[in-house]
Amino acid sequence: MTSRQNGFKNTLCALGMVAGAFAVGTTQAEAADPIKIGTFLSVTGPASFLGDPELKTLELYIEQINEGGGVLGRQIELIQYDVGVDSKKAITAVKRLVSQDEVDVIVGGSTSGATMAVVPIVQKAKVPFISLAGAVAIVEPVKPWVFKTPHTDKMACGKIFEDLQARGLTTIAMISGTGGFGKSMNGQCTKLAPAYNINIAAAESYGPKDTDMTAQLTKIKGVDGVQAVVNAGFGQGPAIVTKNYRQLGMTMPLYQSHGVASRKFIELAGDAAEGVRLPAAALLVADMLEDSDPQKAVVQAYTKDYSEAYGGSVSTFGGHAYDGLQIAISAIARAGSTDKQAVRDEIEKTSGYVGTGGVVNMSATDHLGLDLSAFKMLEIKNGDWTIVK
Amino acid sequence: MSAEFLQFLFSGVTLGATYALVGLGFSIIYNASHVINFAQGEFVMMGGMGTVFFLGLGLPMPVAILAAIALTTLFGFGLERFAIAPARGASVVTLIIITIGASIVMRGLVQVVWGKEFHAIPSFSGDEPIMIGGATILPQSLWVLGVTVLLVLALRYFFEKTIMGKAIIATSLNRDAALLMGINVRLVLFISFGLSAALGAAAGILVAPITLTNFEAGIMLGLKGFCAAILGGLGNGMGAVAGGMIVGIAEAMGAGYWISEYKDAVAFILILLVLFFKPSGLFGKTGTERV
Repeated sequence: MTSRQNGFKNTLCALGMVAGAFAVGTTQAEAADPIKIGTFLSVTGPASFLGDPELKTLELYIEQINEGGGVLGRQIELIQYDVGVDSKKAITAVKRLVSQDEVDVIVGGSTSGATMAVVPIVQKAKVPFISLAGAVAIVEPVKPWVFKTPHTDKMACGKIFEDLQARGLTTIAMISGTGGFGKSMNGQCTKLAPAYNINIAAAESYGPKDTDMTAQLTKIKGVDGVQAVVNAGFGQGPAIVTKNYRQLGMTMPLYQSHGVASRKFIELAGDAAEGVRLPAAALLVADMLEDSDPQKAVVQAYTKDYSEAYGGSVSTFGGHAYDGLQIAISAIARAGSTDKQAVRDEIEKTSGYVGTGGVVNMSATDHLGLDLSAFKMLEIKNGDWTIVK
Repeated sequence: MSAEFLQFLFSGVTLGATYALVGLGFSIIYNASHVINFAQGEFVMMGGMGTVFFLGLGLPMPVAILAAIALTTLFGFGLERFAIAPARGASVVTLIIITIGASIVMRGLVQVVWGKEFHAIPSFSGDEPIMIGGATILPQSLWVLGVTVLLVLALRYFFEKTIMGKAIIATSLNRDAALLMGINVRLVLFISFGLSAALGAAAGILVAPITLTNFEAGIMLGLKGFCAAILGGLGNGMGAVAGGMIVGIAEAMGAGYWISEYKDAVAFILILLVLFFKPSGLFGKTGTERV
């Protein structure tokens, strides 16, 4: 474990030098041949808050890596398609990436829907694919060519239930978006609840473009014994749920998912967001982390790079793209080539990688490699995040 | 139980008022030109997004609102002058397709210039809910309702008491006769697009604090407003208002007492029923018109 960790760090540190050496050693043609990284993201549409920072992050770091001499002495070329939230577009994009653009690895897929839609294609084409989407179904059951970096909805449920237990709350209501994310998380929470002795007394849902959830919340309000409400969803929906929740004068604890873990949520929900709790990656609270936290340096560096390049604040979603890119690049470096089988094997061997999402230890049975410690439970106080201890 | 009903009703009425304003916009343009303006939803979106933009410039709220309405009205005028007027000889269907094109252009413009993210406008007078009979209503909902009533009354006055309003009505009844009577039909068209745009913008600004807004916010609102207009009988202003209320309340009740997932379906089911049994709309003149 430790030796591998060191080895990994050395690899990273030596990347520049190795790259230089390769550039001299290899023939001109090979050196000029770029490593192709393909991506398909929701840069526009309702999930643009995912795709936009993801694309910016990929572009930023690929440029940085290229300026430092690239990987294996080869420059990296990013080939990207904007797929909105349309799974069909995602399928077309990925077909193009594997057959026309002949990319070496794919790092992309902002939404679970888009990711799941393209899994059969990458599996068949045998191209290593690191997804940036949330659903646990992406890596469970394990698919040989599919990996992912973001925390799963199952982990989010676990983290929320842990917190509920700590507060002595047992009866909850779920309100979920009908989009892929909300549906999946709702399912995971329902499955996981008995293990934490949590009783889900009511379950409501809303459409991804709904602008009023008072009806659903009124129904929940009418159910006896509900002690807390968990909202599974992303996009603007949870912000409206939060506003409606306060409007209806509901006072029990409200939990949101990691799907809305960005400043934008506080901005949209305004004062209504006070007291809302949600599980989120360390990135969101980079400066509040203990100095002993292994992630502190990584997340601070990423925050600095990103906000210097683009202004504004970072979101965890960009961080997922950062992790995906770093894992792919170091796997390629370790494999010493872009041979797809070798790169896949190396991604699977990723271990001790400290990323923005947590410490990643992948294996043949775990293509995510994160545990519950990767999440921090946050509470919104005075319009800012605080870590719940 | 009754508190629940009241809560659903409040949600429905708030939504309904917005749909009514959007529906009115459809009706005004339909009256003047027989065109269904599918860019109406984009006017709504532009009102909201415009306000966000002007607020971002540091303008005070009332100024930002007026600026956004003015900007949207300019777009309405522009749409008539540069897209509808040049195609004057074309069939109504062609004109409708032009408005669909215009809606895509406007959405794209806003997306490129003002970005893709969701934005919130602060409520006009706070977020402290008001309790009525066990249910709650936001001050912003009262704003939506109050301003809608004012706008509807103002429009009535405009159409019944002013020369321009009467000219629009005359044009809608018989364009050729109106032309022969010396009514400037081109001006009527121009004004009606501007008026619709302003109405749409007002609706968009009023709901933005409740529903949030982004460049795509107009699509659904436009469709629901269209439902309202059809339901009430196209071209019938008061019908559009009633239609809007019916759609809004039916949606809220549907979500409350039935399955919340099918909330959007409620409006479209209503439309289908009306088109089956009373094709001219609930309050429309029975269909001898324009055979």
